[in-house]
Amino acid sequence: MSLLSVNNLNIRFRTGDGYVHAVNDVSFDIAKGQKLAVVGESGSGKSQIAMSIMGLLANNAEAEGEVLYEGQNLLTLPSAKLNRIRAKDIGIIFQDPMSSLNPYMRIERQLGEVVEQHEGLSRSDARKRVLEVMEAVQIPDAKNRLTAYPHEFSGGMRQRIVIAMALICKPKLILADEPTTALDVTVQAQIMSLLDEIQRELGTAVMLITHDLGVVAGFCEDTLVLYGGRVMEAAPTLDLFDAPGHPYTRGLLRAVPNISDASASLAAIPGSPPNQTRAPVACPFAPRCVDAIPGCHQTLPELTGDRQQRACIRPVEELT
Amino acid sequence: MTDPILSVSDLRVTFAINQGKKWPWSPANALHAVNGVGFDLHRGKTLGIVGESGCGKSTLIRAIAGLVTPSGGTVQLDGRTMDYSRRADMQELRRRMQMIFQDPIASLNPRMTIRDIVAEPLTYFRPDMSGAERKRATREMLDRVGIPERNFNRFPHEFSGGQCQRIGIARALVSTPQVLLCDEPVSALDVSIQAQVINLLKELQDEMGLTLVFVAHDLGVVRHISDDVLVMYMGGVMERAPAGAVVDTPRHPYSQALLSAVPVPDPRVKTTPQVLNGDLPSPLNLPQGCLFQSRCPKRIDACRSIRPELKGPENAKVACLLEET
Repeated sequence: MSLLSVNNLNIRFRTGDGYVHAVNDVSFDIAKGQKLAVVGESGSGKSQIAMSIMGLLANNAEAEGEVLYEGQNLLTLPSAKLNRIRAKDIGIIFQDPMSSLNPYMRIERQLGEVVEQHEGLSRSDARKRVLEVMEAVQIPDAKNRLTAYPHEFSGGMRQRIVIAMALICKPKLILADEPTTALDVTVQAQIMSLLDEIQRELGTAVMLITHDLGVVAGFCEDTLVLYGGRVMEAAPTLDLFDAPGHPYTRGLLRAVPNISDASASLAAIPGSPPNQTRAPVACPFAPRCVDAIPGCHQTLPELTGDRQQRACIRPVEELT
Repeated sequence: MTDPILSVSDLRVTFAINQGKKWPWSPANALHAVNGVGFDLHRGKTLGIVGESGCGKSTLIRAIAGLVTPSGGTVQLDGRTMDYSRRADMQELRRRMQMIFQDPIASLNPRMTIRDIVAEPLTYFRPDMSGAERKRATREMLDRVGIPERNFNRFPHEFSGGQCQRIGIARALVSTPQVLLCDEPVSALDVSIQAQVINLLKELQDEMGLTLVFVAHDLGVVRHISDDVLVMYMGGVMERAPAGAVVDTPRHPYSQALLSAVPVPDPRVKTTPQVLNGDLPSPLNLPQGCLFQSRCPKRIDACRSIRPELKGPENAKVACLLEET
């Protein structure tokens, strides 16, 4: 039984120039304790999926489909009910640790508010819980830093606080939206190992949204690859890296400059990201695909397959 | 061996800041952003500069470009020492040395068409060219970086980040400089676009015989494009060696820790990042000894009092006391 089930999710935004189709017919499940990576470039719709799960879509967004969490459709749930799930059952970590903390609130209040709201704890119990969770995310000298303001912490420490805030109610699912993109590699390594440790201890499911394939390889069992708001490939991470089944996944893996191999030229994917002002009628990657055949520009491929699902009309053996 | 085209020695940059002053009339504190960096760079080569945010890598190349004033040290371009306060020297410098920036969209004037943006350097640096020649040079340059001619009259906001970075490259190279300073040119771009821009830079380097200084925090990118790599920490150079050597056999403890933290895009490789404990020193009050001593796992007593110099053979310089014994 899956914890979260996203079925045929479509998200489009009304703009002055018509609609922008950000997410098109995306479906996936997250099981209890599962670590799922959602990989894609900017504009692929990966963050909007997380926003729709949390009910945080912008006002000009229209979402269709289902986001089922324990049988309830989060897309249509009234906000009073959604507030009982948000932060309590589903936590979120945003990319920018500075702008996701209130600069006017002391850390103690900022985190304490969450447990007071959701678990009805008293101020002093909330303070104890905040201290526990600050220690769990390894903030040195946590006791004395409870009354500090966000700007008094470094970027890495702030991201630890945001993680602590997401974890404080022991949620069943954490959505991590590019949690380490704004951080240095050494800090990134620390944050990822912290997430890993917490995930194992609490058995929380994690949906990690990232564009960094290196981070995915080290952390997630399963990977979903998005392009132009559609799922291109969904597979266990090992299979995906061993034998990528979609031309886009292949291109993406080849385009990453590998630190242990400096061959002459990187295999870039030609062309630019797709224009999403029209709902896709054909494979969105076809204009940039080296393996495209005329049929690719006419039909919208379905996600097929069992363990390793792919949305491509050409058989794997024919791909370059 | 020929003379280096760019030779930097003991370059220092300090910023006067008012933070932490006791009284308004107390002297300003000095923030030491770059502390005695030196390197020689030969024609046609690429020097990669890596380090974490705040290590002074961007300040270093901004100082070389004359965008911030160095507080000490010299920069020699083609054997001539540059005096950043002389107008003639600055003109000379900008003719020979151009720069591309991290944020491709913010670095282009939003109110100029891209044709005008790319043509502008020619009006300053090539007064000998006629209007028609400038027009042709602009068209050829934009064509070379892959911007179709029907888009020349558009404005920067109508282009994607990758295209804007190509336009920035065209603007930097249209006046045929010898040195190109690149300040994190691909870190704002997606992987597939990043590879296009890196390949373009490498091709242009071969065609024009450019010398590149390439600042980035992504070690994979730096390894890919650089001949030599400079590892910086707290404004000082920790190690300078060929790119392959830095990646495969880093010798400075800081380089080792930095490399161990790079995620590998292969799920079968289990990396064990080396965690650095200890606090970063304050750039307002640098330690007397080694800049890295407060976090170094291999620290010995002498590290507290002696600041190691960058020593060793030309192709493997390390600033560490452990290497000297």
